[in-house]
Amino acid sequence: MGLTYQSTGITSRENFNITCISNEPVIALAGNPNTGKSTLFNALTGLRQHTGNWPGKTVLQSKGTYIYNTRKYLVVDLPGTYSLLANSVEEEVARDFICFAKPEVTIVVVDSTCMERNLNMVLQVMEITSNVIVCLNLIDEARRKKIQIDTEKLSRTLGIPVIPTAARNKEGIEELMNTTNKLISGQIKPRPNLVKYDKKLEDAILHLESKIKPLLGDELSTRWIALRLLDRDTKLISALEDFYDKHKILEMSKEVMA
Amino acid sequence: MKGSITLDTVPSNTFALITSINADGPTRRRLLDLGLVPGTRVEVLQRSPMGDPVAYNIRGAVIALRKEESSQVQTSR
Repeated sequence: MGLTYQSTGITSRENFNITCISNEPVIALAGNPNTGKSTLFNALTGLRQHTGNWPGKTVLQSKGTYIYNTRKYLVVDLPGTYSLLANSVEEEVARDFICFAKPEVTIVVVDSTCMERNLNMVLQVMEITSNVIVCLNLIDEARRKKIQIDTEKLSRTLGIPVIPTAARNKEGIEELMNTTNKLISGQIKPRPNLVKYDKKLEDAILHLESKIKPLLGDELSTRWIALRLLDRDTKLISALEDFYDKHKILEMSKEVMA
Repeated sequence: MKGSITLDTVPSNTFALITSINADGPTRRRLLDLGLVPGTRVEVLQRSPMGDPVAYNIRGAVIALRKEESSQVQTSR
């Protein structure tokens, strides 16, 4: 699936630096492939972006803006991925963007007709950032298939806003913009219910977090980094090196790996 | 019919239940991310002309896997 990181040799760093310059709130669209992220992107921005599968380029290519309540928002369409654990360039681009470019809001676009396979991604994004909105896209399709979704309950269980949309007919777009706006202005404060692991793992996370915190501060989710270090995710460590002080990270990872 | 076979040997147009993943590291991660979690029912859809890769219906999405991946997935029927 997709090109591997090694085969292209692209570092995703240059790809999103441009977006950090502007001071408009940044909204990232993430989600599995084929869930209608680009359709939603077009519905939001009014553009007609046909996003091809160019690994690494997608971030640069599909950027757009929309104005809601006199405020301008920058929308970034991320490549579709099944996961954020960086096995391919697309996943790496998506992860680096959510993690390091720190969009004000990340909208996880979910295919309402097969939710269980999409929710994995939602949980992963929730571990990185709490500014998440779930967008139940293709809700018209789900209705047609007689799938009923209790959005209230889903929202309560996850601890984050859930908005049903049908980007194709612009259904729910207004509400999505409204919720995004509320989240940015602080009227809604999502409290994601994170996955609890077993005691041994939780203890290890706590231990690592106490070591990570002095090094990285509150900029990134220390819990998430602790989990990735436990996973021996060496690519994340090299990504961290790109964005932060190299020596500190190296020291930290050595300590952790020991 | 009972017995534990790897996913690559499951015949077309039949279902298989995932019991375990015999891989580790990124491959394991990848397979789990694709939805191949123990307890998942997978439908074998069709084989490509050369027999590899094979298309599977995994939790509502059609995904093609190569033998090198599917042979690391243990199933029961």
